[in-house]
Amino acid sequence: MRIVYTDVLVIGGGLAGLRLAIGARRRGHEALILSLVPPKRSHSKAAQGGMQASLGNVFKGQGDNEDVHFEDTVRGSDWGADQDVVRMYVNTSPKAVREMAAWGVPWSRVRRGDRQVIINNQKVTITEPDAAHGLVGQRDFGGTKKWRTCFVSDGTGHSLLNTTTDRAIATGIPVLERAEALALIHDGRRCYGAVVRDLVTGALTAYVAKATAIATGGAGRVYGVTTNAVICEGIGHAIALETGVAALGNMEAVQFHPTGIFPAGILVTEGCRGDGGLLKDVDGHRFMPDYEPEKKELASRDVVSRRMEEHILKGKGVKSRFGEHLWLDITALGEHHIRHNLREVWEICHYFLGVDPVKEWIPVRPAQHYTMGGVRTLPSGESPHLTGLFSAGEAACWDLHGFNRLGGNSLGETLVAGMIVGESIADFCDRPENDVDVPAALVRESLAREQAKLDELLSGRGSEDAMVLRGAMQELMTAKVGIFRRGRDLEQAVDELQKLLVRSRSIGVRSRAAGANPELVAAYRTRMMLKLALATAYGALVRTESRGAHFREDYPRRDDAQWLKRTLATWKGEQDTLPTLAHEPLDVKRMELPPGWRGYGAKDYIDHPDTPARQAEVDAIRAKLASSGRWAVQEALLPYERLLPPALRGRNERIEERF
Amino acid sequence: MADTTARRRLAFHILRYNPYDPAAAPRLQRYELEEADGMTLFIALNEIRDRQDPTLQFDFVCRAGICGSCAMVINGRPGLACRTLTRNLGPEITLAPLPFFELIGDLSVNTGKWMRRMSERLETWVHLREDGLDVRRIEAPMDPDLAEQIYLLDRCIECGCCVAACGTARMREDFVGAVGLNKIARFRLDPRDTRTDEDYYYLVGDDDGVFGCMSLLACHDVCPKDLPLQTQIAFVRRKMVKAGL
Repeated sequence: MRIVYTDVLVIGGGLAGLRLAIGARRRGHEALILSLVPPKRSHSKAAQGGMQASLGNVFKGQGDNEDVHFEDTVRGSDWGADQDVVRMYVNTSPKAVREMAAWGVPWSRVRRGDRQVIINNQKVTITEPDAAHGLVGQRDFGGTKKWRTCFVSDGTGHSLLNTTTDRAIATGIPVLERAEALALIHDGRRCYGAVVRDLVTGALTAYVAKATAIATGGAGRVYGVTTNAVICEGIGHAIALETGVAALGNMEAVQFHPTGIFPAGILVTEGCRGDGGLLKDVDGHRFMPDYEPEKKELASRDVVSRRMEEHILKGKGVKSRFGEHLWLDITALGEHHIRHNLREVWEICHYFLGVDPVKEWIPVRPAQHYTMGGVRTLPSGESPHLTGLFSAGEAACWDLHGFNRLGGNSLGETLVAGMIVGESIADFCDRPENDVDVPAALVRESLAREQAKLDELLSGRGSEDAMVLRGAMQELMTAKVGIFRRGRDLEQAVDELQKLLVRSRSIGVRSRAAGANPELVAAYRTRMMLKLALATAYGALVRTESRGAHFREDYPRRDDAQWLKRTLATWKGEQDTLPTLAHEPLDVKRMELPPGWRGYGAKDYIDHPDTPARQAEVDAIRAKLASSGRWAVQEALLPYERLLPPALRGRNERIEERF
Repeated sequence: MADTTARRRLAFHILRYNPYDPAAAPRLQRYELEEADGMTLFIALNEIRDRQDPTLQFDFVCRAGICGSCAMVINGRPGLACRTLTRNLGPEITLAPLPFFELIGDLSVNTGKWMRRMSERLETWVHLREDGLDVRRIEAPMDPDLAEQIYLLDRCIECGCCVAACGTARMREDFVGAVGLNKIARFRLDPRDTRTDEDYYYLVGDDDGVFGCMSLLACHDVCPKDLPLQTQIAFVRRKMVKAGL
C-alpha cells in the first residue's frame, strides 16, 4: 500500500489550485498539487478576454468602485449569488490584479491621450488622462456599467497561468503531473485525502492530507458542443458527489457563451463584443438592439445567448450543412486592433475556419461555456458537509456567480478564491485539532475499493461501450438540457440518463494495455460524468422557474417566492440512479441588494414576500447615512469584512481615491 | 466551409510504441479514415481512437492552439495537431511523437517534466525586490509598449516544437533550447525582475545555454506561435558575450 503524506493536497493545477497552494505554502504548510496535465496546459489558459477589477484606471472606468462591481455581479447572477461572497470578491479582485502585476503579468497598459474606440457601432475619441498612463488597462465586457475588465491582449488566462505556475515553481511546490484523483478518502465526516491514479503507469497511491482542495475547473464535456478543453470532464465535482455527504450546489445553472465559433465550439472572446463587435443575422441585420435596446450586444451572456437562439428560431439563422449559425462582425475594429488586441481570435479564425476576421464575418452560435454549479462551500471555501474538504474556482459553488456569471468574473474568481481559500486552509492546518489521525484501515479500504472498480472494468465481462454512452449523454444534454428548457424534455432527459447510468455499470474495456490506458480512463470517467449530467438535468426539472442561464419555457418568470433557493445535490447510495435534492433558501433579509429587475432581459418576476420590507430597510439606511460616505452605508447594509483573511482586508487605492 | 462532394480517403501511418510493455517494439501502424469538412488532426485522431483503436495514445487539452499539449511530428515536421487541417496535407499522413522528450506512449511525450526542470534551472520567474508589496496601493506604472513587447515573448506555449527541431538538443541533453533562451529574453526585458546580465550569464553563458546554439534556426521555422526566436537568441548571445568579458 503506497501512502504519501502532505499537509495540503490540491487536486487541480489551474489558476485556483496554484494560487491557493502558494498561499498555504507561504504560511509554512507543505502543499502538493495533482494535475491531469502540466499546469500550464490547464483550461485557465483559454480565458482570453480578461479579469474584472474595479481599478477605475481608464476614462470609461471613472467612478467605478467595489459597490458598482458588486451591483453588476449580483444583477448578473439574477440574485442567485451569495452576497457576502460577492462583497469578499469585489474587494479582493483589485488586490489580485495588483499582485499579478508585481509578479510579472504583462497587463496591457493605459496610454495617455486621445484614442479611437468603437462604442455602439460609432467611432468615438476618448482621452486617457496623464495620471493613468502606464497603469493596468481595462476594456468593456457584457453586463458591466463601467469598463472594468483588465486584460493582457487577448491572452489574459495564458499570461496569468504562466506567471502563477512559475510562481508556484519559485515557491517550491511540487506538482504531480498526469495524476488523477479517483476518490476522496473519508469517513462520512472528515476528508483525509484522495486515492490517486498515475495516468502514465496506472498505479494507485493514497495521498493523505490535513486539507484536501478540489480545484478541477468545469464540467463542460458533459455537453456535446462546449468551449471547454477536453479535460473539463467534471471529475473533481464527481469525486465530491460520490462521497455521498458533500453536496453540489446549483448544478442546473449552466452558462452558454454567445460566441462559440461554428461548428467547432472554440471560444472567441467576449472582448470582441466589448471592443465593438456586432452580431448579425442571415440578412446582415444587427438584431440585438431589437431585443435589448439598452445593452444590445453587451447584455449578460445568458440573455444574449437566448436572444440569438430566439432569432434563429424566427428563421433568421444562416443555414449550413452543419446546422444554423449567426455572424459576429468585428471588421469595423480594423486590422491593427484585431492583430494586436484580438490576436488569438485572428489565429483561431485563420487556422480553424480559414476566415480573415479583418475582412470577413465569423460564424458563431452559443456553446456550453461555464459550470456555475460545483462543490458547495462556505465563504471560507470549506465544504459545510465534510470537514477538511475545500474547493475553489469553477469546481466550487462558493457562490459568486449565482445563475449567470459575468465575463471577466471567472479569471477573477480563480485568483481571488485562491487567495482567500489558501489563507483559510492555512488557518485550518494551523489548528492542532485538525492534525491527521486517519485509521490505516480506512486508507487501505479506499485503495482496495478503487482497485476493485478498475479490475472489474478491465475484466472485460461488461458489454457496454463507454464512448457510445458518452455520445448519447452529450446529445441528450445539448438537445434537452440546453439554452431553452421544457418540463417534457427534461423528464425525458432524466429518464434516459438514468438508463445510461444503469448501462454504464456494465461497461467493458477491451484493452488491458500496460501503462496509460485511454480506454479505461474513458470508462470510469463516463460513469462519473453521467451522475453530473443527472444532477444537472434533475435539478433543472425540479426548478420550475427561470433564473439567469436556467430558462424554462414552461415557467418563464423568475419566481423569488418559490425559488430564491440554492439546489443541493447529494448522491446517497451507490445503486441510486438519481441524486437526492434539497433546497437551501437565500436570506432576503440580509441582502444588500434585494431582488429586482436586472436592467436587461425579462422585466417580469414574482417577488419574494420579504423583498418589500428589506428594500424599505435598505432605502432607510441609505437615506440616513447618505452624508457618511459609501463605506459607512456598505458596512451598515452588509458587514462582511470579518469573513476575509486579515491580510486581504482593507480598501483599494484608485486615482480618484488616494490614501 | 465549402461543401465538397468527393471525399478523400486518408491513410494515417502512426508510430506505435508502449515503453511500459517489455514485449513491444516500435512500429508504424496504418489507419484509414474518410475526410470530413474542416477536419483537423484532433478530430481525426479522436475518431480513430473512438471507433477503431482504443489503445492509441496522444494528448490534447484545449484543441484550440493555445495550450501546446498536442505537438507532434506531422509528416516529418513538428507542429500542433489540433490546428492542422487535413485539407492542407496529402492523403498519406505520417505522425510520430516529438523526439528528445521522454516517451509516454505512441504520440504522447512528457514535455511537462522537461519544462519544469528547465524552469527550475533558469529560474523563470520575476525575481522581486523583497521590500514588501502592498496590494492595496495603485500598481507601479509600466510603459504600454514595453508591456506589449514582454507579452509577445510571453506568448510561448512550451509545446516543445523548438526543442524537437533543434540540432544542438540532439547532441546536448542539457541544452535549454529556444524555449529557455526566449524566457531569459523575456525576463531580461522585464523591469520588475532585479536580475542583471551577470546573473543571466551564470544561467545561460555556456554551451548548454546560448553558446551551444548553432544558429540552424529550425526553432524559428517551426514555432507555432511565430515567436521571434532567431532575433531573441542573437540578442541574448550578444548581451552574454558582453557580460562574460
